[in-house]
Amino acid sequence: MIEERELLNQDDIAITIERLCQQLIENHDNFDNTIIVGVQPRGTLLSNRIINRLKVQLKGVEIQSGNVDISFYRDDLRRRDEPIVPEVMDMNLTVEGKDVVLIDDVLFTGRSIRSAIDALMTFGRPKSVELLTLINRRFSRHLPIQPNYVGRTIDAMQSEKVIVEWKEINGKDRIVMVKSN
Amino acid sequence: MSNLSVNHLLGIKYLIKSDIELIFKTADNFKKIINQPIKKVPSLRDITIANLFFENSTRTKLSFELAEKRLSADVINFSSSSSSVKKGETLLDTVNNILAMKVDIVVMRHPNPGASVFLSRNINAKIVNAGDGTHEHPTQALLDAFSIREKFGKVKGKKIVIIGDILHSRVALSNIYCLQKLGAEVKVCGPSSLMPKHLDALKVEHISELKEALEWCDVANILRIQLERQEVNYFPSLREYAMVYGINKEILDSLSKEIIIMHPGPINRGVELSSDVADSKHAIILDQVENGVAIRMAVLYLLAGKIKNN
Repeated sequence: MIEERELLNQDDIAITIERLCQQLIENHDNFDNTIIVGVQPRGTLLSNRIINRLKVQLKGVEIQSGNVDISFYRDDLRRRDEPIVPEVMDMNLTVEGKDVVLIDDVLFTGRSIRSAIDALMTFGRPKSVELLTLINRRFSRHLPIQPNYVGRTIDAMQSEKVIVEWKEINGKDRIVMVKSN
Repeated sequence: MSNLSVNHLLGIKYLIKSDIELIFKTADNFKKIINQPIKKVPSLRDITIANLFFENSTRTKLSFELAEKRLSADVINFSSSSSSVKKGETLLDTVNNILAMKVDIVVMRHPNPGASVFLSRNINAKIVNAGDGTHEHPTQALLDAFSIREKFGKVKGKKIVIIGDILHSRVALSNIYCLQKLGAEVKVCGPSSLMPKHLDALKVEHISELKEALEWCDVANILRIQLERQEVNYFPSLREYAMVYGINKEILDSLSKEIIIMHPGPINRGVELSSDVADSKHAIILDQVENGVAIRMAVLYLLAGKIKNN
């Protein structure tokens, strides 16, 4: 049996993204040395939302951005049944000397972010790297990685899954916790 | 589908269409990677690959080695000219000795057709065929088709003519399989003495007139005359071959449309291809070489994903 519990609905997500944008503006001013980088595949959707909202809030400021694909930088090749099919690496800029904000939807073990940092470093040496996640699953980290900006912190068991659904793909925005017994 | 249907890359014959598409999709990503400031990814850092070349090769060997290094694999090289093969060791013994050193993937070129198939049945490692005699050269066919796809956006429906020594060419056979699986039309052109008997079985038509073949095609893939494989004379002289089947600017200019020129290398300038054509904008020969690294990275990455960690 599958149990499903809604954590955030469409309105909650919109408010949360608005708040995250405010926090980013507080630290990054007019974003002239900042690059926003989404982690493929799911961080990209959040990253696009945030960039769109920032542009509205900052009234048309140009925001540099890219997306990194982490498939080739992961540490679990050969530990899965099927190899991961890569997504598009979309980084037409160097991160040398820049302040980078990495964006992903859910922070769980921290392994994806470790891979994303590795992938990012192939585009130069950034001045700093920060992490923004919509959901932070506490007490489940395998690596010493913590987010700088968090939408919602939750406690979930290993067997539970947090799924972020987006209007573009699933028809509506919502975040659910799924538990299969 | 995110996994290959095969455990080894022995020939295009054994692949299904979705395998080829998966390799292309993966190679698209690797092509981006090899154009980044840092061209190396750590994917295969715990994998050891042996390159066994029982036959001479420059570009294929370099391309494989570069692909392996860009994937962070450990690489060992072996060529038969400096080995115990000369002292009478069998292929299986040679390879088993190398495998005893814990090698995960074997990339092999061998003068005997079917050598890689034989190996795959007898040893416990992933095999990549880098050319087995006159049989197949799968990565070359993949990179050729990938280059056509890059140029036109798709392979399906395109008309490709393969010109030259089809009889001795593993590139031709692999190309025919690959292009047909992707839905392209393939014909061959060259002297009848250099055509294999099994063309009908491959459903490939032979055009003997060069001009007619070029008029028909979108892409001409030109093969080298492999004098080293020709135990008897198949045509009177290289000069005569060049006159009848050599491609020069004059004949390209006389066509009613522009076509793409490909060549797997090494080129015999002035024989099958004149210098002004080889260096012209029609030729995508150097794109093929670049794509070769991306394709080989994709093949190795996908096969390595099938090695179970223990």
